[in-house]
Amino acid sequence: MKITRKDFLRLAGGSVLVAGSGNLVKAISAAAQPSSTVPGSKNIAAGGSTARRWGMAIDFEKCRKGCDDCIRACRLTHNIPQIPDPAHEVKWIWEEPYEKVFPFQRTDYGRQDLAGSRVPVLCNHCADPPCVRVCPTQATWKRGDGIVMMDYHRCIGCRYCMAACPYGSRSFNWFDPRPYIKPLNPQLPTRTKGVVEKCNFCEERLADGLLPACVEACKEKALVFGNLNDEDSAVRQALRVRYAVQRQPELGTGPSVFYLI
Amino acid sequence: MRDRLLIFSGLFLFVAGVTFPMWQGIAAKTSTKEPDLQLPANQTACVAPRSYMRAAHMQLLIDWREGAVREHRLRYNAYDGKSYKVSLTNTCLGQCHGSKEKFCDRCHSYVAVSAPYCWDCHQDASATAATTAAATAAGRTP
Amino acid sequence: MYMLDKAMAGSCRYWSWMAFLLLLAAVGFVCYCRQLSYGLGITGMSRDVNWGIYVAQFTFFVGIAASAVMVVLPYYLHDVKQFGRITILGEFLAIAAVIMCMLFIFVDMGQPMRVFYVLLYPTLHSMMFWDMIALSGYLLLNAAISSAVLGCEYKRVPPPRWLRPVVLFSIPWAISIHTVTAFLYNGLPGRPLWFTAILAPRFLASAFASGPALLILLCLLLRRLTSFDAGNEVIRRLGIIVAYAMTVNVFFLLVELFTALYSHAPDHGEALKYLFVGLEGKHPLAPYMWLSAGMAGAALVALLVPSFRKNQRVLALASVLVFVSLWLEKGMGLIVAGFVPSPLGAVTTYAPTAPELGIVLGVWATGALVLTVFYKITISIREAS
Repeated sequence: MKITRKDFLRLAGGSVLVAGSGNLVKAISAAAQPSSTVPGSKNIAAGGSTARRWGMAIDFEKCRKGCDDCIRACRLTHNIPQIPDPAHEVKWIWEEPYEKVFPFQRTDYGRQDLAGSRVPVLCNHCADPPCVRVCPTQATWKRGDGIVMMDYHRCIGCRYCMAACPYGSRSFNWFDPRPYIKPLNPQLPTRTKGVVEKCNFCEERLADGLLPACVEACKEKALVFGNLNDEDSAVRQALRVRYAVQRQPELGTGPSVFYLI
Repeated sequence: MRDRLLIFSGLFLFVAGVTFPMWQGIAAKTSTKEPDLQLPANQTACVAPRSYMRAAHMQLLIDWREGAVREHRLRYNAYDGKSYKVSLTNTCLGQCHGSKEKFCDRCHSYVAVSAPYCWDCHQDASATAATTAAATAAGRTP
Repeated sequence: MYMLDKAMAGSCRYWSWMAFLLLLAAVGFVCYCRQLSYGLGITGMSRDVNWGIYVAQFTFFVGIAASAVMVVLPYYLHDVKQFGRITILGEFLAIAAVIMCMLFIFVDMGQPMRVFYVLLYPTLHSMMFWDMIALSGYLLLNAAISSAVLGCEYKRVPPPRWLRPVVLFSIPWAISIHTVTAFLYNGLPGRPLWFTAILAPRFLASAFASGPALLILLCLLLRRLTSFDAGNEVIRRLGIIVAYAMTVNVFFLLVELFTALYSHAPDHGEALKYLFVGLEGKHPLAPYMWLSAGMAGAALVALLVPSFRKNQRVLALASVLVFVSLWLEKGMGLIVAGFVPSPLGAVTTYAPTAPELGIVLGVWATGALVLTVFYKITISIREAS
């Protein structure tokens, strides 16, 4: 049977399209049910109080000026590179001036003791994270226990999540970070160039029943960590007795990090 | 047939070139030797039957990866009932196979398989330990 | 494909042009190899400004791609017969533009080998997924339409019956590709410059101004360099389209400025202030934005005064002004300024580095190469018939 080259190519192209569209149809039907890569998402959506929701409270009164124990602990635990050029920094938890973190809290005649203080900032592990919404490959997703996870194997490095994050919590590996990691923690992987990373609430430590490295390292006990859905957790107790603010709550992201004034 | 010389010399060169890998291997006496794997000293059973591991260890690793990272399945129950913590560096290398260079690379370079980019991120525990030991010996903080 | 041989026969001038483009593409390729081995740190992007000229160019050329609808719609829906000669040019421009867009996205990826994960792991709540679907679909649609039209011209047969419905389908699809691209930006609550509903209409207006402006220039160029003459009527009508679209575009920009400046709300105003005046003493984009504004104003005068617009030299100049002005505004200003100030109030300067510009040149050259080949085939076929 004689088939022209044109017809053969058309047939081949059409077959590829049909095969590809099958994948798309599968995806649309899968999207109708809760995705298996987001376990426990049903719990979060229903706001079920039986589900765990990890959260943190940072106490302004206890956080000591000039101390960076939490930052160092995070860096050493997670092989975070120390890159001298601020344009290409990688940071999971770091300090910023109070006026930059809460630009609309500041009033001209407000509390003067907070002016000029430095505030630790990190990923807020939002209840409704814009970064998760925009990721085209589900390389970042919200886990059932509230942690916004990163899968470095899936990330294509498009940096859409970085554009979407209203808090500037995410960092990109602009080049190979290994030469800048001193010392190397051999128990944990590093990351490679071309992927986005951020604080993960030390989920591998939580799996072993430990507290996050920053929380453990703080000598002043300024970082309080716990289950926000458990009324008796340390973080809920702290939130009951102190007035707390969040970063940019008007955006509807629902941060899990609170700042105790 | 004026071109007989040209044709046959070209043919000879072509056949020599195409069969180069074969007779170069014979000359170097590498192809008859099996890869010299260093098996784990303190383990007798593998996480899966040896034939499966030979054929599909990459599939196992990907299943481990997707399960551990995306579905929080941190332990693997092997066919013989033993439970292993899912970790390339700490379990595969640290608990059993020790050195990537003495185990993984031996087979991979023998069959000229380039290992995937796992090692851009995951660490070869023995290599890191060696670097740390060397650094400490030289009196520098690692 | 069976018509590609038409692109292999050409004058000395044609081959010099192709060689020049291939050289630029090779430069881009070498720069990209360096970027692939070192990482995206070779560009001027930073932790604060994490999208730069690659994404800005992508945004601009999606607009050019969508603008083919401005010649297709009048011809297929409203029987503007004169446009029949150039719909194929518009469609080929769309194909070249979409290829450039895909290349710009590819070179922007940190892990380009994983780019197919967007299709392997479809994520229906991500606008980037829908952008890939929309652009790929648009590419296929235009490829099918233009190859059918050209093939039928070559064989001197009437076009197939499926052509008209497919073309009509491509019209809303063209609108949607640029709307989805706008949705990439305007659904992000953390970026005040983009967080406005008018972003999608702004994108469409600037697309419908810059695309036909480019088409005017291409028609004039083809008239000068080849035997293809689109005709004065076509150029006149395209000029009217550019005039209206540019007016709407400038109006939308003024509306944005009013909202920011009158309300005194800091969120809206700061990024615009950075663009035109500067923040913390840093105003690297200000000269370009004022240049863009000046060019836009001059272009509007040239376009809205009929006696000016009717003069083809003035129209050509106005088209250049429109294209460059919108390239500066959308292709540089809008994307980069969206990141300033950063969520923590930092004002970080972005300037593309030499390798980055080399890659941009390479992608431009690739698009020009594709366009040249397509136009050469079209003109050869038209000449033969």
